[in-house]
Amino acid sequence: MLTIKHLNFNYPKSRSVLKSINMNFEAGNIYGLFGKNGEGKSTLLKIMTGLLFPKNGSCLLDGYEMGKREVQSLQHIFLVPEDFELPSISIQSFEKVQSCFYPQFSQKQFYELVKEFQLSPTDNISKLSFGQKKKVLIAFGIATNTKLLLMDEPTNGLDIPSKSQFRKVMASVVDENKCVVISTHQVRDLHSLINHVMILDNAQVAFDQPLHKVSDGLWFGKPSSNDPTELIYSESSFGGKAIVPRLDKNETEVDLELLFNGVLSAPDTINAIMNQTQHDERV
Amino acid sequence: MEFDNSKPIYLQIVDFFYENILVKRWAEEERIPSVREVAMMVEVNPNTAIRAFNHLQDLEVIYNKRGIGYFVASDGFTKVLNIKRKEFMEQMLPDVFKKLSLLDIPFDELKNAYNQHKNEKE
Repeated sequence: MLTIKHLNFNYPKSRSVLKSINMNFEAGNIYGLFGKNGEGKSTLLKIMTGLLFPKNGSCLLDGYEMGKREVQSLQHIFLVPEDFELPSISIQSFEKVQSCFYPQFSQKQFYELVKEFQLSPTDNISKLSFGQKKKVLIAFGIATNTKLLLMDEPTNGLDIPSKSQFRKVMASVVDENKCVVISTHQVRDLHSLINHVMILDNAQVAFDQPLHKVSDGLWFGKPSSNDPTELIYSESSFGGKAIVPRLDKNETEVDLELLFNGVLSAPDTINAIMNQTQHDERV
Repeated sequence: MEFDNSKPIYLQIVDFFYENILVKRWAEEERIPSVREVAMMVEVNPNTAIRAFNHLQDLEVIYNKRGIGYFVASDGFTKVLNIKRKEFMEQMLPDVFKKLSLLDIPFDELKNAYNQHKNEKE
């Protein structure tokens, strides 16, 4: 659906933020985009929506170059940014003004979500708290029914019950025609939603795998002291967890925080095991 | 020492199904929630929910009526009972035995505790 090829980007007079990036996003998935602060996650999302232009390389949505900002591509994509300014008008007016840009927009769905998030259509957006504004934008983004929905730290600012509501809503909107990309540090909030992990490090894609492949190749947990398999990555805290090759052990749930730290400390080892697993499958 | 492992989410959903069937919240030949409803209920990616459904379908605990939905198999309750009994005997019981011998608890004491518990319930 969205293909990024040999893409480079840097801000004026500074080092490369993205160096020869290749990525591919397909419908039916929720991608988790991870990376340390300043690794270019938000920059990448902005390039994907045509808000920033790559220095070279391409970013194509079904064949349309995003940087050209054509109607054919922009109507199929929506970004919920981390920081945003919304106009000082009612939720209702906001919907009337903005919804016409999205042919698949569902008014019914929007107002259902607004209600679910305990907001009223007549509320003035400027009077709302940060978390409530975010909910307006999340509800709008979902109701646009664009093929591609990008979210930058969507759970920041949401209270505890709203995070659970957010997961419910997201679980219900994904189908085989829709692709969602979530960039976040709040791994615990969103772990159960994500089914494909992408990790950016050193301006490059350090890891790009569907979770079911990860749990095929790697085992997460507390290894026994007499287990002969070598540790790929381990944490020394009390009851320290580790990543080891799965081999014939039972499948475990992928520990995303552990995987993230593991990829940053031993990217080559982990990717070698992942490629090995893929190779075995093909045989 | 055995490996400690945290169960994959899809197997935890499978357990959630087992429990609903064992307490008869979901009766045999009754329609169960759809993939989407289950995904919403437990707040997971629908792909993960599908994995749980496929797993249960392979074990013939549930079956799919095309275009209508998923149903508990006519012998679903017995099937789940056998699966969970096997799991208890093969996985949980050895741990209990290990603890019993580690703490040096005689079997009679366990038997008394069990009987007492049973009486209290009645």
